Order: sequence, then structure tokens, then C-alpha cells
Amino acid sequence: MDAIFGNLDLYLRGFLETLRLSVLAAAGSLLLGTLLAAFRVSPIPPLRALGATYVEIVRNTPLTVVFFLLAFGLPQVGLTLGFYAAAVAALTLYTAAFVCEVVRSGINSVSTGQAEAARAIGFTFPQTLRHVVLPQAFRTVVPPLGNIYIAMVKNSAIAGAFGVSELLGVGKRLTVTNPDAVIEVLLGVGVAYLVLTLSLGLFFGVLERRVAIAH
Amino acid sequence: MLYDAIGPRTRRRIRIGTGLATVAVLGLVAFALARLGSHGQLEGERWRKLADPDLRSLLGTALGNTLKAAALAMLLSTAVGALLAVGRLSLHTWIRVPVGIFVEFFRGLPLLLLILFAALGLPQLGLSFSVLWYLVIGLTAYNGAVLAEIFRAGILSIDRGQREAGLAIGLRPTQVLWIILVPQAVRRMLPALISQLVTLLKDTSLGFVIAYPELLRTGQGAVEFLGSRYALQIYLAVAAIYIVVNYALSSLARWLDRRQQRRYGSGTASAVAIDPEDVLSNPDPAAASR
Repeated sequence: MDAIFGNLDLYLRGFLETLRLSVLAAAGSLLLGTLLAAFRVSPIPPLRALGATYVEIVRNTPLTVVFFLLAFGLPQVGLTLGFYAAAVAALTLYTAAFVCEVVRSGINSVSTGQAEAARAIGFTFPQTLRHVVLPQAFRTVVPPLGNIYIAMVKNSAIAGAFGVSELLGVGKRLTVTNPDAVIEVLLGVGVAYLVLTLSLGLFFGVLERRVAIAH
Repeated sequence: MLYDAIGPRTRRRIRIGTGLATVAVLGLVAFALARLGSHGQLEGERWRKLADPDLRSLLGTALGNTLKAAALAMLLSTAVGALLAVGRLSLHTWIRVPVGIFVEFFRGLPLLLLILFAALGLPQLGLSFSVLWYLVIGLTAYNGAVLAEIFRAGILSIDRGQREAGLAIGLRPTQVLWIILVPQAVRRMLPALISQLVTLLKDTSLGFVIAYPELLRTGQGAVEFLGSRYALQIYLAVAAIYIVVNYALSSLARWLDRRQQRRYGSGTASAVAIDPEDVLSNPDPAAASR
């Protein structure tokens, strides 16, 4: 147990680092994912194709491979990101594909009458999407979005394997310095992740009830 | 559809938009190619390396290893998931509650942590296996819990009348489960199941952390051996292999979903999302029928 309580400060730092990584990637992927979803439902064929291709490619690529491409492939064309930036970028690009599909399903669930009404009062397509359809779509996709972001927090652990000192990175380092307390150290990391994922689950549950459309 | 029945003005606007978007996309592609070209990434020699027979057989073996780990983990986690789902639906509190805690525990942890735990923690408990099995154990612990929730959602999505009718004709609860509920549930959750198996296949790439010689690890080894001048090409090739295999699996899921909609009407299929996350977000039947 000493391995945990003697290193609480390290755990805390790792926890905050995981949090920072997740918040950055969550914000980035929400923006990019929504943009891609708008592309996918837009009346302009090249944009639709772009969105569909992106989603199809990224969803079928493991996150670790995205990570490798950004961290070791990009330097070959003169773009060196550093592991932290690469981790944020990889998580953002990967999660955006899933956000896009969820937002798109939300857009499809908004009744067509809404878009027709918006068109009838003279809104253009981007206006219809921004002022009428998306605000309603987001309300319906809170639960699946919550699942995506919980998965993303867990996925951020991959950054730890690349020397970013977030929770898993801290845990990995502590297993080296405390070789006889490996189980305790990793259990400590697990508990910290459970705190994050379970409270995120609660948060999205509350949010879902708050924004639910009353019928 | 957000834009049906368009008039002449919108049609013109769409034509202009199409032109602009095409130019933008082509510009992006041209920029990327220029960037690649100026760093010599388009040289034939770098790409011909991928045709090298040694590298090919290396990646072929690695794909075999990836598929082997994935297949073992798929079989085991489906079995574990089915057991856990049944346990969580049990009428006995002393089974239901511990199984529920077990499932929520493993679902809430990063898979990478579970793999590390298997590789570093199990030997400390006196359980030593090969690297393949550490990876498979980690994958099974996580995906078993995730699949349990998919199975449970599938069983709960069956109309209540089915269960009641089964009980009314004198079947025991276990019989109702296996004879009446499971056969219907399996059909409904097949797309979600396959979608989760695609995720599992992607997740085998985490084996690189514990040095299991799967695709990514082998690619990394090849880059180290041949020099980082081939990094982009080799990692892109690895990505392409994953995309092809996963795309085939996803297509299977989509085909099954379509076939199911044709056979049983869209009513059955609409209760089932192809994405397991959607199923998980609606685990209780009351919410599903809302």
C-alpha cells in the first residue's frame, strides 16, 4: 500500500494530466465531429464524400496506429509534434469520427417538419442546421455522446505508453520503481480511472435528464 | 433529408458550392502531395520497399498473429459475456449484484491497463503465460464485460409478453431464457456484436505495449531495422491492412442488419442500433419503448 500512498502526489499529477488531455481532445473532437456531420448531411456532394471517407477510414484504423502515424510518420514530412501534442491530435482525430456518426444520427432523428419550416421562412442550409436542427439533435444524442467520451477517457491511457505522464504513464513508471508492488500500483491507477469514468457517467445521466425534450 | 424539393436558386447555389468544395478538397490533396514530395516521400524506392518479400512475409506473419489473438479473444469474451449477461439477469440477488459490480468494474477501466495488469500482475500471483495469452486475457476481461451489456440489452429488448407467455405455459425461468428469449435476442444484437468485435480486432494493436508480435509491433520493428526513412510507408501499410480487414467485418455487420430489416421488417431492426454504444445507452426496455 506504501507504493500508492507514498506516491499520491504523482498519482494526482497523472490524474490532472489525464483530465487535461481528455478535456482538450473532447473539445476538439466535438467541434471536428460536428463539422464532419454537417458535411455528411450537406447538399454538396464533395463535402458529403469527404465526411464519409474520413469516417470510414478513421473508424477502421486502431487508435494506436493513428498515434504512430502522427508521432513517427509526420516527422518524416518535417512536422514534429511531440508526444503530448500527438496524443491530443490522435485522440481528437479518432474520436471525431465517432462523434460525427452520433451527431448525424441525431440530425436524422429531428423530424423533417423542422427543417421544412426553417426553409419555409427563408433559412439557408447552414442557418437551418445551426439554428433549428443541431440544437434539437444535440439533445437527443447526449447518452451516446456520453459513452463516446467515457471511451475516450479510457483511450487516453494509450498516451501513457508513449511517455506522456498521465495516469497510466505514472502507473507504468511506478511499476518499475516498485517491482514487488505491481498489483497495488496498477489497482491504484484503476481506481483513479474508475473515479473518472463513473463520475462522467453520472454527469451525462444528469445532463440527459436536464436537456431531455418533454413529450 | 434537409434539402428536398430544391428550386432553381438553391440548385445554382449547390452548383457553386460543389465547385468551391471540389477546389478546396483538391487543394488539400495537392498540398499534402507537395509536402510529401518535397520531403522525398514519393520516391519510388521508399514505396517499393513495401514489395520487399522479406517485409511482406514479416507483415503476413504479423497479420496472422493479430488474427490469432483476435479470434481467441473473440471466442472467449463471447462465452464470458454470455455467462455474465445471464448472471446479471439472474433472479437471485446474490448472483446478480456481484456480477453487476464485476461488469461495471471491468467496463470502466482502460483496456491498456487490463493488458498491463495481465502481463505484470498475473506473474506476481504465480500465474505465468505466454505474451499471446496476456493479451488475450486482457482483451477478454474487458470485452467480456462490454459484450455482457450488449447481450443483456438484447435480451431486455424482447417484448415482455414473450417472457410472460413462456412462464404462463409452465416453462421454468431458465427455460424461458434459453428457449424463448435468447434465440430472438441473438438476431437482434448480431450487428452490435459484430461492431464490438471490430473494436476488439483494432484493440489487439495494444499488444505492442507488451511486445506481442502483432501487426503494429512488427511494423515498428521493421521501421527500427530499416531506418525511419520508411516510417510513413510502413505505418501507412499497417493502417491499410487494418482498414481492409475491419471494413470487411463492418460490411458483414451492415449486410446482416439489412437482411434482418428485410426479413423481420424495420420494426425489429429499429430497436437495434448497429452501434453497441447506442444499445448500451438504452439498456432498460422502458427507455427503449419511449
